[in-house]
This record gives sequence, C-alpha cells and structure tokens, in this order.
Amino acid sequence: MSTNNLDQLYRSVIMDHYKNPRNKGVLADNTVTIDMNNPTCGDVIHLTLQVENDIVQDAKFEGEGCSISMASASMMTQIVKGKHVDEAGKLAHVFSDLMLGKELDDSIDLGDIEALAGVAKFPARIKCATLAWKAMEKGVGNDSDTTD
Amino acid sequence: MLSKEIRNHFPILNQEINGHPLVYLDSAATSQKPRQVIEALSNYYNLNNSNVHRGVHTLGNRATDEYEGAREKVRKFINAKSTEEVIFLRGTTTALNTVAQSYGRANVEEGDEIVITYMEHHSNIIPWQQLAKEKGAVLKYVDLEEDGTLSLEKVREVITDRTKIVSIMYVSNVLGTMNPIKEITEIAHAHGAVMVVDAAQAAPHLKIDVQLLNCDFLAFSGHKMCGPTGIGVLYGKKALLNNMEPVEFGGEMIDFVGLYESTWKELPWKFEGGTPIIAGAVGLGAAIDFLEEIGLDHIERHEHELAGYAMERMSEIDGLTIYGPLDPEKRAGLVTFNLNDVHPHDVATVLDMNGIAVRAGHHCAQPLMKWLDVSATARASFYVYNTEADVDRLVDGLRIAKEYFNDVY
Repeated sequence: MSTNNLDQLYRSVIMDHYKNPRNKGVLADNTVTIDMNNPTCGDVIHLTLQVENDIVQDAKFEGEGCSISMASASMMTQIVKGKHVDEAGKLAHVFSDLMLGKELDDSIDLGDIEALAGVAKFPARIKCATLAWKAMEKGVGNDSDTTD
Repeated sequence: MLSKEIRNHFPILNQEINGHPLVYLDSAATSQKPRQVIEALSNYYNLNNSNVHRGVHTLGNRATDEYEGAREKVRKFINAKSTEEVIFLRGTTTALNTVAQSYGRANVEEGDEIVITYMEHHSNIIPWQQLAKEKGAVLKYVDLEEDGTLSLEKVREVITDRTKIVSIMYVSNVLGTMNPIKEITEIAHAHGAVMVVDAAQAAPHLKIDVQLLNCDFLAFSGHKMCGPTGIGVLYGKKALLNNMEPVEFGGEMIDFVGLYESTWKELPWKFEGGTPIIAGAVGLGAAIDFLEEIGLDHIERHEHELAGYAMERMSEIDGLTIYGPLDPEKRAGLVTFNLNDVHPHDVATVLDMNGIAVRAGHHCAQPLMKWLDVSATARASFYVYNTEADVDRLVDGLRIAKEYFNDVY
C-alpha cells in the first residue's frame, strides 16, 4: 500500500486552505448570493459576492464538502476579489481547462490554484474542485439575480 | 464463511486497481456479475434473440420461453402465488413509481395519509411526495430510534385510519437495519392501508417470502443481486393488480386497439409496455439460479459474519464512527462510517488509490443524512464474493487514510 501518488492530489497548499479557509462566511452587504450543490455527493456551497461597477469587490463562502471542494472555494474567493466580472468569468474557464489537464497559457498566474492541477488525474474528484467555480461563474454572469 | 472459490465466478474481481488487487466493497450500489450471468446474456444474444409473444417462428418461441421462464424463477424466488403477480420493470425505482402512479392515484384522496420513514432511499420518498402533492394528501415519516432501528410502537403511532399507503424499506442501504416488515404489514392492514416494500437491499441478501410477509407490493432490482442493470421486479397481489390501470401504454401491454378505445392484456403483461427487457430478465433468471445454488441462508449468514468482523476490526481504529445498530445480528452486510474529521470523499480517494472501492456521499438518503446530522458518510458494503481478507485490506486502508491526513494537516 502506498500514499506516493496521493501527494499529487493533496498538496500541502490545498490542505492549508482546507484547514484555514480564506474568506469563510457570509457577506452582509452582498449583491449576489448563489447556492449550489453537487447532487451526487452532497457537497454544498453558499457563495456571496459584492459586485459594484462590474468589479467583484468582495467574496465569501460557506459550505460543506471534502478537502478539495472547500480548498478550491477558498482559493477561488481569493483570486476573484478585485477582478472585473468578465475576467472572473474567464478565470472559471481557465480553471475548467486546468481540470481537463490542458496546458495553461504562461501569462496567467493562478497562484495557489495551480496546486489543484493534480485533481485532473483523479477524474472522480473533478466535480469537487469545480463546484465553487461554477457558483462564481453563475454569480458574475447573472449579477443582479439572487438564485438558489 | 463462504468458500473463497466463489470469487472465481466473478471475472471482474481478478484485476488490479491503481497497482493493488481490487477489493470491491460497493455492492449495495451495484453488485458484480458472475460468469454464469454474463454467459446467459451472451448466449441469449448469440442464439435466441427475438421479440417475445409475437413471432410464430422458432427464435420467437425460444425468447418467449426464456423470458417467461425467468418470470417463473422470480415467482419461486419470492414465493409469489402466481407468475401473474410478477411484473418485469426497469428496477426498484420504476416499480415504486408504478405503484404510486397507478394504485396511488386511484386510491389516495385529499387528506389521506402516506407513511414512510426517515431512513428511506430517495426512490421511496419522492414518488410519494409527488403523489401527496398531486392529491393533497399528507406524507408522514416514522422517526427512528437512537440506534437507527424502527420501533413498532412509533409505527403504530404514525399509522391511522386515514393512512392509505405504508411504504418502507426492508433493509437500509445506509444503516444496514433490517426492518420488521411482517409486523408493520399487520399494523398497516389493521388500518386498511396497503403495504409497499422497497426490497432493493433485501432481495440480494436474504430469503424473501411475499406470502409470509403478506405485503401488498414489493419492489427490487436485478443489478444489486448479480443480475444485469435495467431489470427489476414489481410484485403485487393479484386482486390489487387486476384493479389497477397501467402507467405505460403501447407495445406488449396491448390487447385490442380501436380508434378511440383500447383494451389491455391480462396480468402481468398489462404493466409491461413496449418491448420488454428480455435479455435483462434472462440475466436475472441466471442470477437467481446462481444465488440459489449458494443458498440465500448461506449468503445472509456470510454477510452477518462479515459485517460483524468488519465492525469489530473497524472499532480498533480511534476516531472511527459507525452508524446504525451495533449488533451485527440486527443489520445486513454493510458498514457506514466516518473517520475523524476526514471527509468521506477524501477517505474514499485514499482507499481507491489502494485498490479498495467504497461509496462516499449521501447514498441517495438525504433526509437520513440530516437525521444523522452529517453531510456525507463512507460505506463499505459486502456480498457473496467478499472475504475477511477484504475487510483486513479495508482496515489497513483506513489506517493509511488516517495517518496520511494526520500528516498533511
């Protein structure tokens, strides 16, 4: 029995985000709230965004899920802050490509998020990683709407 | 304990997953298929494939004989009085939906009650939810005991003279609980209600006798009992089925078609619209032969023993929580658990990297997850081909998971 290949998935930076999630909570002055779940496994995310002049001013999340889904949500809220909604939407596509194992454009700096690249090798876990990003995409694409 | 040779009947088990010999512990989701079943399917398609009840040619006769022969095997398997009471449908879900849409629609009125429990699978919740909404009926839940069992006292409190349908699972796919169906049926009947049994997790593991249970309907799937996917059974008492309207119209269920009025075939074909699931039924028949050769009593005992052994070994692991009754005699062959604060998906991934397949998630029982106050659990479910060595591998895998996450945290 071995754990070597597990390290491709559970990088220390992922575990750090899981144990110490950034932007955990609910934004009181949010302009967008999104609830999403992964019906196959029961993971849930409650994402609140404050979007003004097409800029994501702030983002917070709450949820229940595995280390991958919660770490991904933490990283997503981190990178999306201060971004124009179009840019945020583009990042969701970049992330989706990352999960498909595609080569990324060097000009894009994903920071901590690159640690999630290993998820692409674990097809059963890709849905865990993309949940928060789908919620964000829905939020910025539809920013005057409150959905649940 | 069953002989390890039984494993050799299952070609799929003889492979490595992520560099380790496969240990398959997800049989409650779907069981693996023995060579006998795979061969029955391939023989059927290679030699006998034809539509049933139509052709006057030889293949048509062979296919009809095989299909109806499988029905007789099912009749015996559940001890139904007649093959008219055995309807082939896609699976447990379709069978329960058929009861809700046919019997339910005709017999449930505004203010009537439908009784289920907190441990039900989604397939035995939502058809009744929908029926209750449509009819303005009341859906009532029987609460569970602390250990995840049902008490007849609480069942008696919930069922009233307004109750028209009681629908309860025989064996829980999460807690492993075996429910006192015979006694609950008596209570339902005393109030004039019909008793529906979701036997998806029972049919593969224990001897079902519908006459002894005296239930009115019973549903199960082929794929959880060594058969193929896409075939299942609805058992119903003849007197009830005779008075019910089909829910699917066309194909095999037709008797005579006029321009504005048509008539249906007699039982059981009345409920089998379209071209039936012929190969599926043949495969299910072969699965029943296989299980009966081993003996359902042997299978049940084997699983009690494995569950008992698994619970004993797993309780050696600090921080591991087991859900459901802790008495192995009160549960079927599955153990649902959580390991410390490691999320079950993460546990399942570590196990998978070590060749061990378990389920992680809500197991299509979200109300039960809420009752247990967890968002998800992991589940190891056993079948005829599992051995104590599989349990040992699971326990080793769980120790690895625990250590791994202790380290990375």
